[in-house]
Amino acid sequence: MEKSVVFNSKLLPYLLLIPQLIITFVFFYWPASQAVWQSFLREDAFGLTSEFVGLENYTTLLAQPEYYAAMMVTVVFSSLVAALSLSIALLFATQADKNLKAAGAYKTLMIWPYAVAPAVAGVLWIFMFHPSLGTLARPLRFMNFDWNPLLNGNHAMALVVMAAVWKQISYNFLFFLAGLQSIPKSVLEAGAIDGAGPLRRFWTITFPLLSPTTFFLLVVNVVYVFFDTFGIIDAVTGGGPAGATTTLVYKVFADGRLGGDLGGSAAQSVILMIIVIALTAIQFKYIERKVQY
Amino acid sequence: MALRQFGAAAAVTVALALATPAHAVTEIQWWHAMTGGNNDIVNKLAEEFNASQSDYKVVPTFKGSYPDTMNAGIAAFRAGTAPHIIQVFEVGTATMMSATGAIKPVYQLMKDAGEPFDPKAYLPAITGYYSTSKGDMLSFPFNSSSMVMWINKDELKKAGVTEIPKTWPEVFEAAKKLKAAGHTTCGFSNAWASWAHIEQFSAWHNVPIGSKANGLDGFDTVLEFNSPLHVKHLQNLIDLQKDKTYDYAGRANASENRFASGECAIFLTSSGYYATAKSTAKFDFTSAPMPYYPDAKGAPQNSIIGGASLWVMGGKKPEEYKGVAKFFTFLSATDRQAKLHQESGYLPITKAAYEKTVKDGFYEKNPTLQTPLKELTNKEPTENSRGLRFGNMVQMRDLWAEELEAALAGKKTAKEALDAAVARGNAMLRTFEKTAK
Repeated sequence: MEKSVVFNSKLLPYLLLIPQLIITFVFFYWPASQAVWQSFLREDAFGLTSEFVGLENYTTLLAQPEYYAAMMVTVVFSSLVAALSLSIALLFATQADKNLKAAGAYKTLMIWPYAVAPAVAGVLWIFMFHPSLGTLARPLRFMNFDWNPLLNGNHAMALVVMAAVWKQISYNFLFFLAGLQSIPKSVLEAGAIDGAGPLRRFWTITFPLLSPTTFFLLVVNVVYVFFDTFGIIDAVTGGGPAGATTTLVYKVFADGRLGGDLGGSAAQSVILMIIVIALTAIQFKYIERKVQY
Repeated sequence: MALRQFGAAAAVTVALALATPAHAVTEIQWWHAMTGGNNDIVNKLAEEFNASQSDYKVVPTFKGSYPDTMNAGIAAFRAGTAPHIIQVFEVGTATMMSATGAIKPVYQLMKDAGEPFDPKAYLPAITGYYSTSKGDMLSFPFNSSSMVMWINKDELKKAGVTEIPKTWPEVFEAAKKLKAAGHTTCGFSNAWASWAHIEQFSAWHNVPIGSKANGLDGFDTVLEFNSPLHVKHLQNLIDLQKDKTYDYAGRANASENRFASGECAIFLTSSGYYATAKSTAKFDFTSAPMPYYPDAKGAPQNSIIGGASLWVMGGKKPEEYKGVAKFFTFLSATDRQAKLHQESGYLPITKAAYEKTVKDGFYEKNPTLQTPLKELTNKEPTENSRGLRFGNMVQMRDLWAEELEAALAGKKTAKEALDAAVARGNAMLRTFEKTAK
């Protein structure tokens, strides 16, 4: 006869869940609800006056052409960063997965940039690409290429994308490498014996087997570009020139922190939150179907 | 026995503790944003003040950049832990002064504390920026500067420019010569785009940035810097940007070393750049007044200041306010002001300190330090040149710069860009007006 322990108390499961629930509530739901509440208020920076204004913050926001411009910038910025950082990291990971000499050192070095704070990463890239001071900008100008991220929006965009991608590659690399190492060698060897070349093996065996990792990274990267990149943008371009690198999250930061418009900034956060929730939901609903666990 | 001894000892200790005279030193917290050599100056000032008396102790704390410090102060106020004194940059003035209850106006502070205080002893070009339209001083000017034109004399000579240009057309001509002489990437340039081409430019030409004396007389001010003169100036810059006779150098001052490196031989930026120029520029340089358009009536008028002032936060004890007032009196002392000015390059805030520096013959050896003072006192300030006070000015400057960038990149015409800057700025002012009652 099988021995089993039965807990009769109906309360116990809830008791066991409470610590996790408290953490989720205090760190997620409470601040999020505060943001929602604040988005209906008009407050001065000091919090001396506070007035309920209903949806006014939202209507003012949606009447700004700059807000839609920031949305477009965000679409361009996030797709570039996510696509580049994922594909470059995958390339590096497949190379590091081979039997290399000094593979350990190579892997360690690859992970370093992740330890660099976003603002510092931004400053590093400024030093390299500032039109007149940058060590890498000088050769560009020397080759008669008019490199000018201070006025040319595309150059500025390229610069923040490079900085954001550079910073995210390490993280993606780490997960891809772990994913690659968990793919059984026997499957690949079987493919090789059947005469499949390295590329074919990669696309028909490795890539599908890696899909859970890829899917996880896709979700994480989208969240990264949406929320975590304003430090880089602030340090590199300050959202300029002429708003060419003002993403949605940078606008939240600029309006709330620099502009002291807490209500408008909160309204933007709420919209941003909805967008990211929707994106994540779409990813889980449609892309996850193609994932092979 | 042992226990009784202990009891007696304890009783004596308690009695002693109670008997100690209640000579508690009142601490005064001072949050500031000064780095490097200026940080040392702040600490030295606090030390000197603390050594000069025994009732108060000023404790300076560095809080990061100007916006960081201001935000730290605002957050601390919301949490009920604001410092006594906070250093706020000039563009934060409207935000601070609209926060009635969060701040204690300086004129009120001095009156309540019974400290001798004569607002007329201060340079009006400086205190005007931080006073109400009635002349009541709201915050205490600490580090002030103005915008000047830095000149690389060696390069100008090489390019065959014999005289330092005084007007904008002369600057354009000089820049063209510089460009022909090998300065292909930059004839002239400037830091602080909005401050240079909108704020200082307007004051220097005696044209309004906005109505109501640039916002000094009320928050219902409307921006007006899309006048024909402004459009003409921006159009000139757009034309010159095309072949880099003028080369835009960003919103803040990160590009200042384009001057020190020799790339830009004419460069407009803060007079506070002096210390850095002195230590990094390897050529003969000087500063000159900002250029003007000779056909603009009344130009040049006077320039306006930049920098930061000290705000006193509200809700503190009278005893603490007394200490703050004494500290401000200490800062205003003529010898101290004169010394501060001569060491740091910041402008002196009292008339007496300025006169003393002139009398000491200091400017004969250091003419560069007098340029901003000459600009500020060039004429009696008008409605257009007393200063400016716009809500959300921190972000407003970025917004203006955005439009300047769009124009210089050829995406908008000069008129379109300035109209957009005015319209977007006005929308921001109206939001601010609603919260600042």
